[in-house]
Amino acid sequence: MKVLMFGWEFPPHILGGLGTASYGLTKGMSQQSDMDITFCIPKPWGDEDQSFLKIIGMNSTPVVWRDVDYDYINARIGSYMDPQLYYDLRDHIYADFNYLHTNDLGCIEFSGRYPDNLQEEINNYSIVAGVVARQQQFDIIHSHDWLTYPAGIHAKQVSGKPLVIHVHATDFDRSRGNVNPTVYAIEKNGMDHADHIMCVSELTRQTVINKYHQDPAKVSTVHNAVSPVSQEILDIVPRKNPKEKVVTFLGRITMQKGPEYFVEAAAMVLSRTKHVRFVMAGSGDMMDQMIRLAAERGIADHFHFPGFMRGKQVYEVLKSSDVYVMPSVSEPFGISPLEAMQVSVPTIISKQSGCAEILDKCIKTDYWDIHAMADAMYSICTNDALYNYLCEEGKKEVDAITWDKVGLKVRSIYDQVLSNYRK
Amino acid sequence: MKTICFYFEIHQMFHLKRYRFFDINYDHYYFDDYANESIIEDVVGRSYQPAVDALMEMISKSEGQFKFALGISGVALEMFEMHAPDFIEQLKRLADTGCVEFVAQPYSYGLSSVYDEEGFVSEVKRQSKKIKQLFGKTPTVFANTNMIYSDEIGSMVAEMGYKGVLTEGAKHVLGWKSSHYLYNSSCNPNLSILFRDFKLSDDISLRFSNPDWNEYPLFADRYIGWIDALPQEEQIVNIFMDLSALGVAQPLSSNILEFMKALPACAKEKGITFSTPTEIIKKLKPVSSIDIPYPISWCDEERDLSSWNGNVLQREALDKLYSIAERVHMCSNKLVLQTWDYLQSSDNFHMMSTKNTGVGLDRGIFDSPYDAFTNYMNIIADFISRVNAFYPEGVDNEELNSMTQTIRNQNAEIERLTNELADAQKKLKKLESAAAKADKAAKTAEKKKKAQKTEE
Repeated sequence: MKVLMFGWEFPPHILGGLGTASYGLTKGMSQQSDMDITFCIPKPWGDEDQSFLKIIGMNSTPVVWRDVDYDYINARIGSYMDPQLYYDLRDHIYADFNYLHTNDLGCIEFSGRYPDNLQEEINNYSIVAGVVARQQQFDIIHSHDWLTYPAGIHAKQVSGKPLVIHVHATDFDRSRGNVNPTVYAIEKNGMDHADHIMCVSELTRQTVINKYHQDPAKVSTVHNAVSPVSQEILDIVPRKNPKEKVVTFLGRITMQKGPEYFVEAAAMVLSRTKHVRFVMAGSGDMMDQMIRLAAERGIADHFHFPGFMRGKQVYEVLKSSDVYVMPSVSEPFGISPLEAMQVSVPTIISKQSGCAEILDKCIKTDYWDIHAMADAMYSICTNDALYNYLCEEGKKEVDAITWDKVGLKVRSIYDQVLSNYRK
Repeated sequence: MKTICFYFEIHQMFHLKRYRFFDINYDHYYFDDYANESIIEDVVGRSYQPAVDALMEMISKSEGQFKFALGISGVALEMFEMHAPDFIEQLKRLADTGCVEFVAQPYSYGLSSVYDEEGFVSEVKRQSKKIKQLFGKTPTVFANTNMIYSDEIGSMVAEMGYKGVLTEGAKHVLGWKSSHYLYNSSCNPNLSILFRDFKLSDDISLRFSNPDWNEYPLFADRYIGWIDALPQEEQIVNIFMDLSALGVAQPLSSNILEFMKALPACAKEKGITFSTPTEIIKKLKPVSSIDIPYPISWCDEERDLSSWNGNVLQREALDKLYSIAERVHMCSNKLVLQTWDYLQSSDNFHMMSTKNTGVGLDRGIFDSPYDAFTNYMNIIADFISRVNAFYPEGVDNEELNSMTQTIRNQNAEIERLTNELADAQKKLKKLESAAAKADKAAKTAEKKKKAQKTEE
């Protein structure tokens, strides 16, 4: 089975959970011997792992015909794409896009991030997708997140193949209800055109059904999983002060993640004991506000903001923590608690996160219930039995959540969609 | 002749309230009064009262042929005294029929039999005393919390003078043996053991109203028929259950009470009688002795202690609780002792179970085992500091024990000396009065002499 996937991020250059999930899912699916995946991203860097799929860079797909030399192409894009593919794609340019700003290869440049002119990038992405869809041979289209829904729809219209979309988040999660109408329109349009909708949690599924008015039969839940951590990460020796406990928040410091509840709960814990330190790693629009709040509560001496963490640093912070907290107000899935559990860190998550649906060996509280959250933090810090239990059982539980199982689930949805398509 | 031994158990825990760690050292009250009151009222109204009514009716209709045993934990009695005094009166009337045997139990319905020997002995005595006080009968047979039993527990129970023990007919203990005989403990041959027939018991308490059960609907004649069909040599059928099975686990709408009421007549027809445990122990001789090295219970498929100490959280909570047992025993503060009873209740630990039994577990206000654990540990932390506040810091238990011993001895010494003093004073008075008498006698004698002289 050949799948054409549209995504926005792919490791190692990632900005959020979407890239990690895309990687894990495709890797899990590639365990099936007849699975052939082509993954389109706006801007490949050349260091992506292409051992189990083929990557097409949207910034290397021509939309305007240019006469370019093979060697020159090879020098420009050879690190991540076969130059021959460039010529093949060039044969399928379907309209005159000279009015667009293109480079010497006839390609549109992408930032590959979430810039201010995101609308324009989404639009360009969809234009390029038309070329890809005309050239590539595939059985099904799979679009990750709203940025690539227009591309998916375009590809479906060009090729007549079924479209499956993967909802990693909705705008209701990102905005706490103040939905951006443009984003909503793109999301709704994508869902309306999709033959099947996969959601990362039941929570998201309900949002899709109720807020986007989708037929429940067309929407299913496919929970995310985690990739096993590498030996290098397992070998990190955490720096721990035996006299002090560390409670960590890790993620974007933004409204959706509920950082203020973490600070308030920290203030409650620190009013009773001084042997705990709190770390709020990450950056975001609410960071200054949080620094001010911590100072206002008089806990700044035990409350630290180490800034944005990437790659190995994330695990260094996690491993030196005694408790990981994710007080998200609305989290479609939330992969970070699973990562914490992988390195044996007890975890407290909000009941409003999607991962709460598949995790048992962690403490769940309502995000607004700072009393319960503080109580749970205190309990893990003072009761070694609870700490040890959650470390061991948590790791066991999360190690059983693997992407190849998710891959099989996705496969069965594909089969079902294909067997019902246009009948 | 076959006989059926019914045993009903009554226990209700004191439900703990939501107790956050900020409450530690500030709030010393741990119980959810509203939940306690409403739960008791509900259970009594829905189950206990109608069930006891039915049992009374069975006794009067069968003219005393129907008999059974009843075990009530001390904390449940306290609960009834507080929230359902009518039910205590009803139980007294039941006791007056003479067809009920009250069974001894640990007062707190806790696990002291496994973790705290000293506490266990005193608990059982207290419960017996309370039963005697309320119902005028002294138990002679013992049934532990959740039917927990092992040889060690058997030794303690035998030492306390009980003649028999009720426990679960666990498969891994009995093996090929049948629960329909009387056994005795191999360590204490004088202690008889009655094993619960879990199949016939669960038919009533677990499956009765389940329409998916292949025997549904069950009628009394068929049920008695099963017992009648047992081999002639198998003489006793022990049917033990929680009394709340009649009404809560099996709702009244399933006609469970009508089923029960029909049992005596059906049994009479087949010549099957009813007996209390003591009657059985008096009448029959044990057929064989049994070794039970590890504790068994009537809970879950494992029939062991894993419902209460199966995971590290439960073990930690139990360890912490019983770590201060000795100090609590030395303490005489009534409030502390009362709280100690309530905190020991085995239900507190059951709520922390992470076993996946397939049967839903009622955790009360807690939504996970961790939640229950956290709450309990907060309470224990406060309780421990309360208990320790009675004693000077940095003194270990042994030293403390000898100190309290000295104080107690001092009291005894003072008492002895006062007694001695009183005795001495008494003696002195006696002597004084004797001396006075002698003096008087001497004087009168002198007077007489004088009078004689003057006469002469």
